[in-house]
Amino acid sequence: MRTRFQNWTLLLGSAALLAFPSASSAQLTTFDIQTRIGAESHVGNITGHAKDAALPYRRFCVGCHGPLGDGNGENAPYMQPPIYQQPRDFQLGIFKCRSTPTGTLPTDQDLFDAITRGFDRSNMPQWNTLTKQERADLVAWVKHFSPRWANEKPGTPITIPPEPEVTAERIKAGRDVFARVQCWKCHGVQGMANGPSASTLQDDLGRPIAAFNFTDGSRPKCGDTDKDIYRIFMTGLDGTPMPSFADNIKPDEAWDLVFYLRTFMAQKSKEKELAKGLGLKPVDPNAPVAQQ
Amino acid sequence: MQVLSRSHLRKAVRSATSLSSLAVVLAFVMLSGSQPANALPAFARKYGLRCSACHESWPMLNYFGQKFKDNGYQLMNDRDAPIWQNPSYWPVVFRITPIWHRVSVGKEQIDTYTTPAGGVPTPTGSAVQRITSSGFDLSGLDFHTGGTLEKNISFYLLPSSDPTGAFHFEQVFVRLDNIAHSSWLNVKLGRFELDNLLSEKRILTLTGNGGIYQTYHFIPQGDGNIFGQIGDNQLGIEYLGHSVDDRTRVSASLISSSDGNVNLSTTANAYTGFFTASQAFDAGKFGVQRIGFYAMAGQASTYYLTSGGGIPIAGSGIGNKGFSREGFVGQFYVGPHVGLTVVTQHGSDNVWFGQGYGNAEITDGNGGTLCTTPTGCPPNNVPGTTLAAGSQAPSWNGVTFEGHYIYSPQLIFIGRYETERMSQQANGNICGGVACPGNLGNISTYTIGFRYNPFMTSRAGLAWHNEYNWLHQDGTGPANLTTGALTNINTGEILMGLDFDF
Repeated sequence: MRTRFQNWTLLLGSAALLAFPSASSAQLTTFDIQTRIGAESHVGNITGHAKDAALPYRRFCVGCHGPLGDGNGENAPYMQPPIYQQPRDFQLGIFKCRSTPTGTLPTDQDLFDAITRGFDRSNMPQWNTLTKQERADLVAWVKHFSPRWANEKPGTPITIPPEPEVTAERIKAGRDVFARVQCWKCHGVQGMANGPSASTLQDDLGRPIAAFNFTDGSRPKCGDTDKDIYRIFMTGLDGTPMPSFADNIKPDEAWDLVFYLRTFMAQKSKEKELAKGLGLKPVDPNAPVAQQ
Repeated sequence: MQVLSRSHLRKAVRSATSLSSLAVVLAFVMLSGSQPANALPAFARKYGLRCSACHESWPMLNYFGQKFKDNGYQLMNDRDAPIWQNPSYWPVVFRITPIWHRVSVGKEQIDTYTTPAGGVPTPTGSAVQRITSSGFDLSGLDFHTGGTLEKNISFYLLPSSDPTGAFHFEQVFVRLDNIAHSSWLNVKLGRFELDNLLSEKRILTLTGNGGIYQTYHFIPQGDGNIFGQIGDNQLGIEYLGHSVDDRTRVSASLISSSDGNVNLSTTANAYTGFFTASQAFDAGKFGVQRIGFYAMAGQASTYYLTSGGGIPIAGSGIGNKGFSREGFVGQFYVGPHVGLTVVTQHGSDNVWFGQGYGNAEITDGNGGTLCTTPTGCPPNNVPGTTLAAGSQAPSWNGVTFEGHYIYSPQLIFIGRYETERMSQQANGNICGGVACPGNLGNISTYTIGFRYNPFMTSRAGLAWHNEYNWLHQDGTGPANLTTGALTNINTGEILMGLDFDF
C-alpha cells in the first residue's frame, strides 16, 4: 500500500507532466490582446492568421518586441537611441513605413514589406527567408496587438505618378525644394544629418532620434528605390519628426527632390554625374528662404 | 549472487517510484519557473536576437540562420562591421557539456579465470560478453569566436579540446563575402566544415555513435581511405554563392586530401573537390522545402616514401588513387513543427584503398610519425606491390533520415535512422583470401532524444539533453570462439547532460 507521501508525489508528478507542455507554450497575458487573436491579414492572395504566428513571433521577434508587442523585449534596453531605435511598440499602432497618408494605418502589404525588407540602422533584419505565409501570419499578429485595427480601416495608398526622366534642371529644382521646405534643418545642407535641429530631434515618445544621413551608404528605412523615397516625403514617417509634405510639395516637385537627394548618396547614380556637371553648391542656410 | 527478497524488491520499487515522481516535480518546478530558448551567443549578443532566430534548436540552423551564415555571419545591415560594436564586445563563446552516460557494447572478447580454493586466479582462456559502463563524464570544450573583421570580411576560429583538455584547431578560416557586391561571390580559406546541408558540426545529438552521421564517415571494413569523410572539417578553399534570399545555393571546395590534418603530414600532394547545390522553394503552409545534391571526388596517396628500412616519411605521399561520394539531400517541413531531413550517399573507393592502403595513421596529424617500426605501419604501396587475388573496389550506399518535432523553440524531439549497406566488398586480403560476406560492415543505427531549453535569451544557451542511441554492425564483432565465424555487434548508449554555452 502506498504511503500518503507517495500518493502526493505521484499525483504532483502526473500533474506536472500534464501541465509541462502548456506551461512552456507562448501565452498572451492580457485579455485585451487575446480577444484579437482572430486578426487576419490579406497580402496578395494570401490570408494571414494571427493565431498561426504565435510560434514564429516567439522564435524570431519576441526578444525585441516583447511578449506583449510593446517593444519591451529583453534586448530593448541595449538599443541606444539615437543610433539604434528602440523596437516598435505595436500596441500604439503607429508605423513609419506606410503607403498611406500620415495619421492613418498602414496596409497589410506595407507591414509585409517591412518584415521582408527589414530596417537599416536598427536591429530589425530582413526576414525574407520566412515563407510568404509566415510573413502574412506575422502581419496579422502585429495587428492583433493594437486596438486601432479593430476600430479603423487602413488609409488609402497615395498615388505616385510615373517617374519622370532625370535632368539637370530637375536636380536644380530639387535643390530649391530642399531649401524651401528646409530639409537641411535636420538632414544638413549636404545630407549628412548634421543640420541645426539634428541634435534636438525626438520621436513621439520623447526618445532621441537621428536624422537620416544620405552620405554614409545606409539604405533609407522604408526602401531605397526612387519610388520609396518619394513615398517617404508624401506620407511622412509617423511617430518621428519627419512629417508628411503632401500639402507642401507638388508631385512633380517631389520627384525633383528625389533626384536632388540622390546626389548626396554614396552610391553611383546618374544624378551624381549630372550634379557634378552643374557644379551645384549646397544650399545656404543663412540666406532668406526665397534666395536659398 | 545476492538475490533481493520480494519484500525488499517491493520497497525498492516504491522508493524508486516516489523518487522519480519527486524528480519530475522538481524538474517541472525548475523548468517552468524560468523565463519563457537559444547558438553562438556572441552573435546573439551582437545583433540582439535570440538564439531561436537562427536555430531550430541550437546548434541546428534554420533558414534564417543558414542565410546569416551564408552572408558571412552578417545580417546585411549596417551593424555588421565591428566598428559599430561597443569596444568591449568580444565575440567569444565557450561550450561544454557535463553528462551522465551509460555505454553498452554487445560483444567484447575477455579473458576468463579460475580461482582454486585458497589459490590465485589463473587465466583459462577467452569468452565473449557484453560490457556495460556508466558514469558521469565531460564532453570536450569548444571556444568559438567568429564574426566580421570588417564589413564583408568574416572569420571563424574554434580551438577545441577533447575531454582531457588537449587542444587543436577545429575550425579556422577567413572569408571574403559578397565580393563585388554580389551574394554569388564568397570565398573562404582555412579549415572548415564542408557545405553540408545537414551539418554534422551542428548535430543535435551527442552520444558516441549518435553524435556523428554514419553516412558522413562510413568506411568499409579494412579500407584505408579516411579522406572521404565529408563530416570532418577540411583544409582548403571554398567558393559559395547564393541568391539574396538564400533560396538557391551553390558551393565548390578544393581541399587537401588530408582529412583536415595539419602540417602537410598525411597525403600532402593530393586534392579533393566537393560540390553541392540546392534549391529551396516556398510551399505555403508547409514551409520552406529544400532539395539538393552533393558530389565529392578526390585522390589520396597509397605509397609513402620510406626511410630507415621501411618507415614512411610523413608528407611524402604519392601513388594517388581515386575515390568518390555523391548523394541527394532534402530538407522537408510539414508546417512549423515537423521537419525531416534526408541524406543519401553512394560511395566508392579505389581497389587499393579497399585493401588498406592509404591509411594516414602513419602520422599523428601534426608532423610526427605514429609507426616507428615497419611492422607497425599500415600497408604501403611501394614499387612492385601487387594486389591480392580477388581484390575489388569497395562500394556502398547509405541513407540518413533525421526527423524533428519542434514543440516550441524551447523543446525539440529528435529521431534519426541511418543505414549503410555495402554493395561490393573489397575481398582480397580483407577476409583472409576468401570472398567477404556481402553484409560485412553494414550499419544500422537509430537515435532518439530531446533537448529542452529552460530559458531563451540572447545572452546564453542551456539545453537539458537526453538521448538514446543504438547501433548494429554486421560481422565486426569478435569471431565466434568455436567456429571462428564473424559475428555482429550491437552498441547502445544512453546519455543525459546539460549542454551549455555562453
